[in-house]
Amino acid sequence: MSEPVGAVAEAAVPPSQPRIQTGLGGRSWADLGFRGVLTLGALAVPLLMAFLVWELWVGSRLAIGRYGLDFLVSSAWDPVAQQFGAVPLIFGTLVSSLLALVIAVPLSLGVAIFLTEFAPQAIRQPVAFLIELLAAIPSVVYGLWGIFFLIPFLREHIFPFLRSALGFLPLFQGPIYGQSMLAAAIILAIMVMPYIMSVSREVLLAVPASQREAAQALGATRWEAVITAVVPYAKSGIIGAVILGLGRALGETMAVTMVIGNRHEIAASLFAPGYTMAAAIANEFTEAVEDVHLSALTYVALVLFMVTVLVNAGARLLIWRVTRGAPTGGQGL
Amino acid sequence: MKRRGLRRWISNGMVVIMAVAVVVAVMPLLLILGTLVVKGAGSINLAFFTQTPVPAGETGGGVAHAIVGTLMIVGAACVIGLPIGISAGIFCAEYPANPLARTTRFLADVMIGTPSIVVGLFAWTWIVARQRHFSGFAGSAALAVLMVPMVMRTTEELIKLVPNSLREAALALGYPRWRTSLVIVVRTALPGIVTGVLLAVARVAGETAPLLFTALGSQFMSTDLKAPLAALPLVVFTYATGPYEDWHRLAWATALVLIIVVMLLSIAARLATRQRFDRKG
Repeated sequence: MSEPVGAVAEAAVPPSQPRIQTGLGGRSWADLGFRGVLTLGALAVPLLMAFLVWELWVGSRLAIGRYGLDFLVSSAWDPVAQQFGAVPLIFGTLVSSLLALVIAVPLSLGVAIFLTEFAPQAIRQPVAFLIELLAAIPSVVYGLWGIFFLIPFLREHIFPFLRSALGFLPLFQGPIYGQSMLAAAIILAIMVMPYIMSVSREVLLAVPASQREAAQALGATRWEAVITAVVPYAKSGIIGAVILGLGRALGETMAVTMVIGNRHEIAASLFAPGYTMAAAIANEFTEAVEDVHLSALTYVALVLFMVTVLVNAGARLLIWRVTRGAPTGGQGL
Repeated sequence: MKRRGLRRWISNGMVVIMAVAVVVAVMPLLLILGTLVVKGAGSINLAFFTQTPVPAGETGGGVAHAIVGTLMIVGAACVIGLPIGISAGIFCAEYPANPLARTTRFLADVMIGTPSIVVGLFAWTWIVARQRHFSGFAGSAALAVLMVPMVMRTTEELIKLVPNSLREAALALGYPRWRTSLVIVVRTALPGIVTGVLLAVARVAGETAPLLFTALGSQFMSTDLKAPLAALPLVVFTYATGPYEDWHRLAWATALVLIIVVMLLSIAARLATRQRFDRKG
């Protein structure tokens, strides 16, 4: 059934026409009441969203009035002198999230392609299920594991190795603390992997089998069929999955604040500590005493919120285009 | 012929690389669960579940206060969030073309992507800043805001799976619209809705960020939603970032308990929903 379920019932009793009222007499009041209750529930969502935006706006008005858009280009963060600028936070959020994608995207796409195209039927569901379980682990548990397992491991084995092998790059120079931008990116990569993997898998499953068959009939190997006929067909959906992962990474709080080192600095080295917008809110909000400090943190939250809304809306749109079978601009074949 | 051989080699090579990616991708899960069991299992005993914290620096004590606190906060969040989420979900499924349904559906997707720390800050300005004190109730409100869109979307998806013939049959028998929705449609979808609720509970029970400046945390046993309350994820955060060896030990044990609860809830929910989706095709 391609039509949305419920459409027929909807047509039978159009809400705008009071047919049921005249036809069924007294029962219409129950119908109206029922619908009224449901409408209240449905109204609550837009109202909550509007209220959330309003509260963030009111809360950050003081900081917006004082710093305006300079807030987004200044890197001062001195609560005592009441100087606030969000550049190190924005920088840290972007770098940690993008770096996480650099690690997570090839891995998740490899897994998604393997599970939809090559893996034996028997292991497809169980492996996907195992990786999706990663999404059920609470953020704070990732943080705990990051502090006591991942960071010591990185500090003693991986970071020294990277410094000696790739030390000619400014990215891998400087002292090793353990708590660092790179540690945060690795934790984030593990956390967003299940999302990217499972959405790309859904998108790949939606690619018609004829795409694969046509490519193989033309003499392509199975890998060539995937690369030339399957992935291009699913391209916008896969990009959507990646952006969805980006949205997750941008707003991730607890795990990041526990491993990133929490310093308002911009460093070239990935071994150096950093900060993110979400981590700064989590860390400083309870300790902030000045109204301006609270307001500046709310301003940060407002910026973070707007960025994630844009990122998520874009992702949904792209995924929707593939899974609903809308034309993808003839890039399929 | 030679080129054909090379191409086959590349194809097989890529498959091997992807198989390795699968192994790498599964490893973090095994490492995390393994570390949790190794470091946490030894500290789980009766005292852990029945005692409240001892003064900082001393050894011993338990997290009974946080178990009670989490139950209170999540329970209140369900009381607030579930009626809203479920009725919004029924509305969107039963009146799919309605402009309000479209708006709500889109905004629910936006809300699902909203960082939980932002929701926590929202609950702070909304409730804590106005009342001038932290409270478990503010934490519940934050968690309820997170639950509403999740519950709404699963409810909607599962109600859409109910065959239309059931609706038509009920309406043809003269059932009014509301009874058709409630007695026929919602009841058919009920097991799915319940698993959706379990999934949402599993998600919010592990949330820390929305509770940081709402429920705040506490060292004492309390069931008062109007006062600061402890919660398991907050305990993990405080103890993990604290300076004492014994706190770290308790943090691991608490994280293990938390993850067992969350995993059981989400595995149960996922298995149940998967069966329902498979039956549909």
